[in-house]
Amino acid sequence: MFSLESIKNTVQNWLQLHVGASMALVIESILLGILVIILFAVLGLVLVFMERKVSAVMQIRIGPNRVGPRGWLQTSADTLKLMLKEGLTPDGADKFLFNLAPFIIMIAAMLIMIPIAFAKNFQIWDINIGVLYISSVASVSVIAILMAGWSSNNKFSLLGAMRSGAQIISYELSAGISVITMVILTQSLSVNEIIASQENGWWIFKGHIPAIIAFIIFMIAVTAETNRAPFDLAEAESELTAGFHTEYSGMKFALFFLAEYINIFIVCAVASILFFGGWMPFHIGNWQTFNHIMDYIPSSIWFFGKTFLLIGLIMWFRWTFPRLRIDQLLNLEWKYLLPISLANMLLMTVIAILKWYL
Amino acid sequence: MNIKKYIQDVFGAIQSLLKGMRVTGYYFLHPKEIITEQYPDNRDSLKLADRFKGEVVMLHDENNEHACTGCTACELACPNGTIKIITQFDITPEGKKKKALNTFVYHLELCTMCNLCVEACPTGAIVMAQNFEHSVYDRKQLTKTLNKPGSKLRAGIE
Repeated sequence: MFSLESIKNTVQNWLQLHVGASMALVIESILLGILVIILFAVLGLVLVFMERKVSAVMQIRIGPNRVGPRGWLQTSADTLKLMLKEGLTPDGADKFLFNLAPFIIMIAAMLIMIPIAFAKNFQIWDINIGVLYISSVASVSVIAILMAGWSSNNKFSLLGAMRSGAQIISYELSAGISVITMVILTQSLSVNEIIASQENGWWIFKGHIPAIIAFIIFMIAVTAETNRAPFDLAEAESELTAGFHTEYSGMKFALFFLAEYINIFIVCAVASILFFGGWMPFHIGNWQTFNHIMDYIPSSIWFFGKTFLLIGLIMWFRWTFPRLRIDQLLNLEWKYLLPISLANMLLMTVIAILKWYL
Repeated sequence: MNIKKYIQDVFGAIQSLLKGMRVTGYYFLHPKEIITEQYPDNRDSLKLADRFKGEVVMLHDENNEHACTGCTACELACPNGTIKIITQFDITPEGKKKKALNTFVYHLELCTMCNLCVEACPTGAIVMAQNFEHSVYDRKQLTKTLNKPGSKLRAGIE
């Protein structure tokens, strides 16, 4: 049966046999770096294409269908175009920060890849505070956005960056509290243990109503954190041309664009780990035969299937809802999401103490 | 803010958002609803909406007769001077002089397809056609004469 774990083990054993333990570690680190970059490139191409097709069908259009079979090469052609374009730096810009910002946003996205489990026993590093690590590193990207907006020396960029700062800082609260709500249930911050605790059913089914409320609040908050419509005030193309990346062109713009889609993948991966069991197949209590049949589907397919379904949900949000105004945005967070998620956390604590979950 | 209104707000918001998602979700699951016309490819089977207005044409029947009496109502109705009607005086069999159409000049390059001339016409002589492929290499070709050569007024139309 296909599994990423066996491939990993084969490579690891071969390296340790042929180059020694310390050299094997170095080579493995380099291989992992390359793999993450390849994953980013593939995700960028696939997700942008998916977004364009999904939005087209939702708006009763056809979408890209000229380049390659059924338009599949459209995003590759776009990438080629972006690579050949000139990367302009404006005269009045703070040149060092301006050129640094796209790399910071990509590095932040890359760092979050570390604790995510892509398949059974297939993880870069199993940190025992994985979820905490993810939520703290995810907030680094706001620095890159503020940096880009400030150094561009452009009023649209600055406004977009400031809005984005206010938005991300606000919504991180309720996203964090939803994560804590699930951590109360799992009683562990390690990604592997959270997944292992869902062996007899995913938390979204086992955790009753509080888990569902936490899931809804988490999805709303991460949509805001990734700066996507209906919370795309940082870009707001009808008001601020392109917000914080107005002055960027060529590959530097492409890095911001790519980071948006990578972040969507990451938050959906986290949501699938917390609520849908990550790579854990669909298990029901102690129905042994049913669980065994489900185990035959490779765990990587479970993980990517769940993640892409959640990405589809976020795309569904984007192409349905109108953009919020800045005061409505902050109202929603401080008057609705935060009190509800705090009350929800309390309810979850009661359930966890009384062991009402399965 | 009282607590009842707060809860009502939350549930009302969820309900209306779900309503919106149902609409887009329906279109997502029913790709046959797509209305895009892939124009140059399906030029032969292109289906335009009934209300689409491409140009003004004058209707001629099989005897090469039209219904335009040369009353210039369309010329007066046109907001930007697209139509110019040149009239002549025919001699009727009774020996009276009668105003009639000589040339119906239509400047397509000025026309905004507003449909006011068609509505102004008392005899229904002109209609909007759906042809939209108007590109030419010389601007002069856009000045058209709508009545066909040798055509005359259909009998019985005043």
